[in-house]
Amino acid sequence: MTASLNTKANIKAPDEFYADLLAVHEGLSKTESDALNARLVLLLANHIGDRQVLAEALQAAALKEQST
Amino acid sequence: MSKIFEVPLYPYQRSADQDAGAPVRHPVVVVGAGPVGLALAIDLAMQDVPVVVLDENDKVSWGSRAICFAKRPLEILDRLGCGDPMVDKGVVWNLGKVYFDERQVFGFNLLPEEGHKRPAFINLQQYYLEQYLVERARELQAEGKPIELRGGSKVLDVSQDDSGAELTVGTPDGPYQISADWVVACDGAASPIRTQLGLDFTGRVFEDNFLIADVVMEANFPTERWFWFDPPFNRGQSALLHKQPDNVWRIDFQLGWDIDREEELKPENIDKRLKAMLGDEISYQLEWSSIYTFQCRRMDRFREGRVLFAGDSAHQVSPFGARGANSGLQDADNLAWKLKLVVDGKSPVTLLETYDEERVHGAEENILNSSRSTDFITPKSEISRIFRDAVLDLSERYEATRPMVNSGRLSVPCTYDGSRLNGPDCSLMPERTRPGSPMVDAPVPGGWLLDQLGSAFHLLTIDADAPDVASIDGTVCQRLALSTKDDPDGHLAQRYLGNAASGVYLVRPDQHVAARWEQFDETAVKAALSKAMGR
Repeated sequence: MTASLNTKANIKAPDEFYADLLAVHEGLSKTESDALNARLVLLLANHIGDRQVLAEALQAAALKEQST
Repeated sequence: MSKIFEVPLYPYQRSADQDAGAPVRHPVVVVGAGPVGLALAIDLAMQDVPVVVLDENDKVSWGSRAICFAKRPLEILDRLGCGDPMVDKGVVWNLGKVYFDERQVFGFNLLPEEGHKRPAFINLQQYYLEQYLVERARELQAEGKPIELRGGSKVLDVSQDDSGAELTVGTPDGPYQISADWVVACDGAASPIRTQLGLDFTGRVFEDNFLIADVVMEANFPTERWFWFDPPFNRGQSALLHKQPDNVWRIDFQLGWDIDREEELKPENIDKRLKAMLGDEISYQLEWSSIYTFQCRRMDRFREGRVLFAGDSAHQVSPFGARGANSGLQDADNLAWKLKLVVDGKSPVTLLETYDEERVHGAEENILNSSRSTDFITPKSEISRIFRDAVLDLSERYEATRPMVNSGRLSVPCTYDGSRLNGPDCSLMPERTRPGSPMVDAPVPGGWLLDQLGSAFHLLTIDADAPDVASIDGTVCQRLALSTKDDPDGHLAQRYLGNAASGVYLVRPDQHVAARWEQFDETAVKAALSKAMGR
């Protein structure tokens, strides 16, 4: 079975993760934040690796309907 | 000492055709004596198809132009008898470095696969390739092969009907006419033949300019490809340094869109750029410089009646990834044997449709790859630049994103998946040698596999019985019998057998796989041979 994008809640202590996400951007200019976000996307995408999951994530992030 | 590109190698000479009462008819006329036209003409002549090559000039091209030749084109040149001088003269390289801003982001090694006669790439000035091809053509002439090079012969007009084409050729002695069963236009990106026939050449224009400088210098830089993204000496742009033989270095500066071409080409301005890049103390001679813009585009169809298009006249790509001359040589490789079968009356004219289908497929793949490289090198939007820079920044620390760094991808030959010439596949065997694929080289007793496969159909058997020759109506398919007993490193088994106990491969004259089975079956092989001949 090919993996599919997990769109159920999956992060323990979500408030802490969210705070960490904001903290890493603190004090950065818009340009620096954009660059950081891009690096973050690339690192997470590499970690996932699975092209099917990535394709679904791209669609989901674009707020498009999943074609299943 | 005069440079090779200053010497007329095929000066104009009056041809008997000019004094004939009526236009003399030739089976094949090739227009353009560049690498593609010469390779095609040599291939045809080696197979005894009479060929006349027309070119308005009489010398090899000036300046380096194409400089990277990949493994597959070198293998094609081997088949044509020009591989050795190329590789002997060329610079073999495997190491590259990528710089971003002021830092070296990472270095890479192409780590070529073991068990191949030819390296992944060599660097060599295009004029050497042309020189070797002209020398090979002369050698064939001395052997009595039917190849003619007519310099100072410019095609002024071309017209055609269902049975052939008429050409008006301009010469220092005035124009004359010849006719041809087939015309192959290898007359470059600005193809006058394409223009005369009113055919479209459409695609994507990249709004950018690049300055190429080929300089001769005694430099002790290592034999590596260096690529800079956004370096201090060329802010916001890219640059490339690459070594060629004879201490010639290719330097490529991206300039952007709004530039003053004349100003940029002044030697003092080129000098400023070179010194900013390489240091004030360098001393060099400028061999050649040029500013180019580029487009990724192709003709809708590479065949228009009796006229076929090959190389830059049919398709154009950005230079990143060395897919211009390399793909043109693969066009010639694909076309020669098909023209031979059609000229000899052994295959129907529709076989030439598969030239169009297969090489359009190749051109599409090249355009896709080179467009992607270009989008990475010159990001077209703010977000595209943000991601590009993010990839480069991460690559300095982590291996994760290095495969995404795209300063040009290795030119690899395409597989003609879905071609109507392909016959049966065997699912136990490796994917890389499936029908439509170029044969993968491997060491065999006494040499190399590809050297055993000439310009004809072959039946390669590995641990399988088969008759020595199979043929249809005089088209012979010679057997090459190999055994895994003579395969100490296992390359042959790994590349051709996979999970199969034995293998039978039908190989086309251009060394692409037509069909494969585990065992020989005469009916199946004959049917596949017939299919591969377009019958």
